[in-house]
Amino acid sequence: MASLDDLKKRITSVKSTQKITKAMKMVAAAKLKRAQDSAEKGRPYSQKMNNIILNLSNGISDKSNAPKLLSGTGNERIHLCVVMTSDRGLCGGFNANIIKKAKSYFLKLKEEGKELKIITVGSKGNDQLKRVYGDKIIENISFKDSKNANYFDAEKVGKTIIERFQKEEFDICTIFYNQFKNVITQIPQAQQIIPLNTENNNENKSEESYEFEPDEDEILSNLLPKNISTQIFKAMLENSASEQGARMSAMDNATRNAGEMVDKLTIEYNRSRQAAITKELIEIISGAESL
Amino acid sequence: MSEEFKIDIVNPEKSFLSKEDIIEAVVPAYEGEMGILKDHIPIISFLKPGIIKIKSKSGEDSYYVEDGIIEFKNNNLTVLTSSIFNLKNMEKNKIQELLKIAEEETNNIEISDQTKYLTEQKINVLRSIN
Repeated sequence: MASLDDLKKRITSVKSTQKITKAMKMVAAAKLKRAQDSAEKGRPYSQKMNNIILNLSNGISDKSNAPKLLSGTGNERIHLCVVMTSDRGLCGGFNANIIKKAKSYFLKLKEEGKELKIITVGSKGNDQLKRVYGDKIIENISFKDSKNANYFDAEKVGKTIIERFQKEEFDICTIFYNQFKNVITQIPQAQQIIPLNTENNNENKSEESYEFEPDEDEILSNLLPKNISTQIFKAMLENSASEQGARMSAMDNATRNAGEMVDKLTIEYNRSRQAAITKELIEIISGAESL
Repeated sequence: MSEEFKIDIVNPEKSFLSKEDIIEAVVPAYEGEMGILKDHIPIISFLKPGIIKIKSKSGEDSYYVEDGIIEFKNNNLTVLTSSIFNLKNMEKNKIQELLKIAEEETNNIEISDQTKYLTEQKINVLRSIN
């Protein structure tokens, strides 16, 4: 059995850990509020952007002439996966969930005999993927210095992707991120952004015909690159809200576990203290009896 | 019958402005300024750097935009833009800062004619409001 001193030390150590996790939980809760706010505020923009593009692509009569960002390159050989994770750890299953989703997708691609390229956004994803897929990672982007997700950063990622697309380095691009549902639930998502998937939101289809100025093609070819940045920005916002949510619940759990541990250790400490006292008493009494 | 329509200005971070009592909006569309009144035909167009003027029942407002897309449908005007400033509370040094960035951009030889045209447009507008 551990000595009284050891137990005491352990109790203090667990208590100070508990203090740290509690503080982290509080910080995450404050940040979550802000991140959630901006994620919700950012939704209209990406939604409206999507709607406009949908309307536009419906308006295009000649699909074969459509920009490549919309119609694809005609091949499906090389896949680019953009895995978006956080830069910091200690947020429960947040990063692991994205990686798991991404890895199962990678396996599927491998079975189909497709070529794989990876861009990681956020250092945690890079750390986890480089062990197995190190040779596939072509770029790692990290925004450790920027405090909140901002559009400027998203645009940078978007531009890199488009540049690579124009050099015909890949055919299909998918982004991986966590969608924020609520504090305890974040759903890992795989969203294909190149070529744009216009088929699954048919319910928004409008019958109206638009006037375009300049013509459809020109608008589309200007709009599509913007849409990519917008989608990435949306993913970043959702991700940062999810990250804070995941961290908050992870830290909440940790605080509770630490509390339980302190209780258990305190009982053990008291018990061994009691035992020591009893032992001493017995020694004194038996010493007195023998006289 | 009322002669008003709704406007939504959104930028990536948040919804910038949402108003329901707009009488007239003038936007710097790609091929020239465009005035929009109620029951305009559905239209999608680009914005170039310029001033959006919004006349509503409660008064007139002007906003400086650098780029964006507008969509008008069912008497809803949607403006998507990544950089928009209300002229009323736009500070002089902010204008100066934007002007400086734009001027530096024009000196870059590698930009395309289209970007050059847009940047020059930007400089003109910024000078006029400065």
